[in-house]
Amino acid sequence: MTIRLLPYGPDALLLETEPERVLAVAGALGRWLAESGDHAAEVVPAARTLLVLSPGLGRSTSRRTALQKAAALALQGGYDGDPLRGEVVDIPVRYDGDDLAEVASHLGVEIADVVAWHQQSRFVVAFCGFVPGFAYLAGLDPRLHIERRATPRTRVPAGSVAIAAGWAGVYPRAVPGGWHLLGHTELRIWDPSRLPPTRLRPGVRVRFVSVVA
Amino acid sequence: MTLVDPTLREPRGLDVALTVLEAGWATSSQDLGRPGWAHLGVARAGAMDPASATLANRLVGNPQTEAVFETAGGLRLRAERSLAIAVTGARVPVTVDGHPAPWDAPVLMRAGADVALGHPPLGSGRWAYVAVRGGLDLAAELGSRSWDSLGGLGPTPPRPGQRLGIGPEPDGAMPVDLAPLAPLPAGILSIRVWPGPRSAALSPDQWRRLTTAAWTVGADSDRIGLRLDGPATTRAGADDLASEGLVPGAVQVPRDGRPIVMMRDHPTTGGYPVVAVVDPEDLASLAQRQPGEAVLLVPVSEGRRSL
Repeated sequence: MTIRLLPYGPDALLLETEPERVLAVAGALGRWLAESGDHAAEVVPAARTLLVLSPGLGRSTSRRTALQKAAALALQGGYDGDPLRGEVVDIPVRYDGDDLAEVASHLGVEIADVVAWHQQSRFVVAFCGFVPGFAYLAGLDPRLHIERRATPRTRVPAGSVAIAAGWAGVYPRAVPGGWHLLGHTELRIWDPSRLPPTRLRPGVRVRFVSVVA
Repeated sequence: MTLVDPTLREPRGLDVALTVLEAGWATSSQDLGRPGWAHLGVARAGAMDPASATLANRLVGNPQTEAVFETAGGLRLRAERSLAIAVTGARVPVTVDGHPAPWDAPVLMRAGADVALGHPPLGSGRWAYVAVRGGLDLAAELGSRSWDSLGGLGPTPPRPGQRLGIGPEPDGAMPVDLAPLAPLPAGILSIRVWPGPRSAALSPDQWRRLTTAAWTVGADSDRIGLRLDGPATTRAGADDLASEGLVPGAVQVPRDGRPIVMMRDHPTTGGYPVVAVVDPEDLASLAQRQPGEAVLLVPVSEGRRSL
């Protein structure tokens, strides 16, 4: 259990820790910042880092020290770092993706295995990035580990359910993309007229459920 | 949780006050952006040169949060009733009904008049701002009327023939006839940079080159990122770090050695090492450089850098 603070200009710091600790530390730091009255602060979790944004944070020794202490406390479990515990989103999927057969043959397994392993995986939203509402889902069955496509598609349809590089995800809208498409969902993941605008916030647990044609 | 002001969600449905005759280049609606959503993958967006956008609003008596048009030039609008506008930012030629009009000043337009913005000459800035007294009556998303060109959020960019309302007369008076501003500095612009979280991805020699060479703003620079051409050398080490958070001004260096500076519509996470961060006070000056213009990336003084 380690945490490392890295400089990120006058208004931010980057915290580096183990991937499986990021969400707990993000939750704890978010509440610690609010409790200390820093309502302008933002915490942006990523794969193995957290970006903490707050004006002047990067040039204040005392604030840096306080943040380091709070992060260390969070690592020791001094804060409850999983405020969303229990929130699960079921995503109905039609497994009709353009890459499903290719993924199965690349992995040397049956299509049914790919579908089963995808559904049996217990995902958690590790972080969001790339485009608004694109959630990186950790927890993919290691047997489904496959690198990104050699050539990305110029347009992946909204609702595409995909995997790549050990992650799973759902494309919130039509964008270019290099992940392998297993199927699609009709569930609207991203809606900026709703609050929060996404169903898949960091920390939310996710299951994929088959829709029978 | 940040709450969205429900009054911001829909256009106020006011009478048409403006018609877009020509949309120009890279024109969009911008305000001060939508902070607070980075953890959901949403960039702040907002004006590339916030001080110029704010000045335009102040000149016409608007609150500084009103949406303005940001354009790289070529925008042409017709007033459908008498109204006041102000043009700030890049020194684009401005004409009202063909007659030259000033920058950094409230300009009164009668009904039927058209205002046309030309293109900024080299060295005179890249982004011009047009504020209209009352503010552009456009739909907000997630609390902002800024168009996010990467995320596809906010009012879609204007198109020829589009008719727009403007908001009600603001309380603010139009305080001055002209805002006296110093001209943009001529020649090579020095931009202060702080060390980034992955500055160790560069060798000492590469760091020295990054912070001493004259870099040229690349042609493929936009609201998302600004590419720098110069004495790039291939960087050692892997390219894909695990994705990590980005800020406006983050200087990424991919393996080809060409730095990319994240701008307002940047992706919220990225996998190239961030070796430096542009000082937020210098980001608008950098944004106002045109492709082909040169910049120096100068490390902040040791005294300022020390944490």
